Amino acid sequence: MPAFNKLRDAFISATTISPKYRGPWTLLKKEMLRFWRVGFQTVAAPVITALLYLLIFSHVLEGRVQVYQDVLYTVFLIPGLIMMSVLQNAFANSSSSLIQSKVMGNLIFVLLTPLTHLQFFCAFLCAAIIRGLVVGLCIYLVAVCFVDLPISQPWMIVAFALLGSALLGTFGIIAGIWADRFDQMAVFQNFIIMPLSFLSGVFYSIHSLPPFWQSVSHLNPFFYMIDGFRYGFFGQADISPWISLCIVTTAFLVLAWSTLKMLKSGYKLRA
Amino acid sequence: MTTAIQINRIHKHFGALHALKGIDLSVEQGEFFALLGPNGAGKSTLINILAGLIKPSSGDISVLGFDVVEQYRQARQLLGIVPQELVFDPFFNVREMLRFQAGYFGRGPENDAWVDEILVGLGLADKANTNMRKLSGGMKRRALIAQALAHKPPVIVLDEPTAGVDVELRQTMWAFIKKLNREGHTIILTTHYLEEAETLCNRVGMMKQGELVALDSTANLLNKFSGKKLSLSLGEVSLPEAIRPMLRGQEKGVHTFALTDMAQIELVLSSLRTANIAVADMQLHEADLEDVFLSLVGKQ
Repeated sequence: MPAFNKLRDAFISATTISPKYRGPWTLLKKEMLRFWRVGFQTVAAPVITALLYLLIFSHVLEGRVQVYQDVLYTVFLIPGLIMMSVLQNAFANSSSSLIQSKVMGNLIFVLLTPLTHLQFFCAFLCAAIIRGLVVGLCIYLVAVCFVDLPISQPWMIVAFALLGSALLGTFGIIAGIWADRFDQMAVFQNFIIMPLSFLSGVFYSIHSLPPFWQSVSHLNPFFYMIDGFRYGFFGQADISPWISLCIVTTAFLVLAWSTLKMLKSGYKLRA
Repeated sequence: MTTAIQINRIHKHFGALHALKGIDLSVEQGEFFALLGPNGAGKSTLINILAGLIKPSSGDISVLGFDVVEQYRQARQLLGIVPQELVFDPFFNVREMLRFQAGYFGRGPENDAWVDEILVGLGLADKANTNMRKLSGGMKRRALIAQALAHKPPVIVLDEPTAGVDVELRQTMWAFIKKLNREGHTIILTTHYLEEAETLCNRVGMMKQGELVALDSTANLLNKFSGKKLSLSLGEVSLPEAIRPMLRGQEKGVHTFALTDMAQIELVLSSLRTANIAVADMQLHEADLEDVFLSLVGKQ
């Protein structure tokens, strides 16, 4: 029994959060519990939506479109759909939590605490990343039941999934801070997130586009995230994954810096 | 001993509106202090600056020696604020909310006994596992107070905590808050129920249009305005000119006069006799905080 007690104590001390980090950890836990409590809406629904896209597009276009050599269209489609869902759900998590808390007034419970702006940012960001990754993982697990999906560069998959969800989670925080009403948030969803994700090459390679639209696609940050993520599976991409990684990392750092500045100044949160 | 709250020359401008005009105030540790004033006097603005929700235009506020802007982490750690609006998080039950609130302040499982004590003290024990959405208005208000106390702060600010709470619940709540005060917690209260401030608070500050117009112990304020009130049932009559300035209120034929000394009773009665106005009933009352409030800040 002493060995068991030692093991138990070691486990408890390893999993006990130091009081110094309990504040941000509590906020993260609350944010995770918030989306988990409505898991049908926040996890199951986006998984079903992605699988419906997969079913319809693969049924219509399989055998008619060949994007990469030796890669079936359905197989090509899956990483793009996974990444699109990761990005959309990371954005939805932080933005919806903030706008709901602002509209209902309960954000005050967090604003009255000694949490720093960095801790506030990290908690919302991590919850957004986790929801994005959970949705992405669920789509992957369902998809591999039906399709043989190769993995060429696993670290690229991890890097793009983390950076992409972090970028959109950060953008969601900005949207949540800026918007005062649900219709303002819908502007972000319908006029920025949806068009950028649908026009990012989820369903096609940008090489199949006319030169003008190829150039336009290079202005879309979603393109780099999806192209780089897909490279992790197939070892092929429309542009170098290192360029994509640099662009996504830079975009994340710029947005994170801007968000921290907003939080520090109290923009729209403290009068 | 460090003051619980020290407010020095606080000004706040909202565009052209000068909401706070150089407030100076200190609240000692262990005090039960009331901040009174009509709507728009600046009470909530002052409390929101204390809470860090509003930035002051100039001046400074400290909580137990920690500046609320420069040392906001330490200051907020020492403060528990009950907001005026009835807000709640619909995703969680009462106990979860209290644990989260304590967690934001670095409290962990060792705080659970205190959370249980709050739940019992505020009569929320049987609602601990009820979702916040399903609570009645009064219960939500108590849960709001419980949240402010979850990290056991030494300084507690209650911004109109009894609005919408029935008498029985109010008594339970005050019994618990008084117990906390006896244990050394400093309590700052804003309320529209002046009898609450009179019964509970050692000291009172009254605000009007962004200024502190009175600051003294409750007893001193009542002594300063130690006049009496004379209520006379006269019916619907036109009062003689000589006694009109003393009239403080009129409702259903009952006229209430403010008297600065007892000799004024004779003045009122003789004026009425001269004017052939009959007195159907007469009552004499001691002045209360409401009279002080009305004298200083006028009717709302």
